[in-house]
Amino acid sequence: MTQPSVVHATFTIDRAYDAPPARVFAAWATAEAKARWFAGPDGWQAEIRELDFRVGGRERLRGVFPGGRSSDFRAHYFDIVPEQRIVYAYEMHMNDRRISVSLATIEFRPAGAGTRLAVTEQGAFLDGYDDAGGREQGTRWLLDKVDQALGTS
Amino acid sequence: MLNQSAPLDRVFHALADPTRLSMVERLSGGPVSVSALAEPLAMSLPAVIQHLQVLEASGLVRSDKIGRVRTCRLEPTALRTAEQWIAARQAAWERRLDRLGEYLAADSQEP
Repeated sequence: MTQPSVVHATFTIDRAYDAPPARVFAAWATAEAKARWFAGPDGWQAEIRELDFRVGGRERLRGVFPGGRSSDFRAHYFDIVPEQRIVYAYEMHMNDRRISVSLATIEFRPAGAGTRLAVTEQGAFLDGYDDAGGREQGTRWLLDKVDQALGTS
Repeated sequence: MLNQSAPLDRVFHALADPTRLSMVERLSGGPVSVSALAEPLAMSLPAVIQHLQVLEASGLVRSDKIGRVRTCRLEPTALRTAEQWIAARQAAWERRLDRLGEYLAADSQEP
């Protein structure tokens, strides 16, 4: 690392699910349900998983990648409107170094019999952290997006 | 250091055009003059320069004028640092939300 630096970024990801908002919301609201889908990539192993899902409550998910790198997600819930909205702030650590501090807003909207989910992250990304594996994955994803953009244009 | 609300948008916009993508692919082989870059493209030089300006605004490409020749090169740091990292965070979300969909689909089949 050279100079301390920060990059601000905001992105939103929209998804449609066949399940009604109550079921989609429930997948975020208990440790058992969330453990089924909220995790690291293949090979990553959870070491600590805690969820106190209430306003003022906290969440922690610590784990290790196959190469031995550790990740640590620590969240603080600020706003919960059942079946409609979740707002939490979280910090992300890699090898016990803080790499980002973000605000995440999860919105659930009924859409027919299903749900439209919008995940918005507003983040401060710190010190140009070089997360080699993650960046490679990010690049692949970026190129896939470009392919999609070209395919539909 | 980049400090803007959506640097990725500009990179996407720059690459989401077949002409600009082909220019980036060409430059990935090494620096090229503007006229050489324009040569295989079926368009006027001013049109090529317009595309080049979009690529430069995205931070993907840099050009320098030496004498009478303007040479273009890829600026790999644009993709190497912040964008890639933020793209990684987005990719992590996409992966989790895929898994959420699989979980919801599997769960609905349970009695």
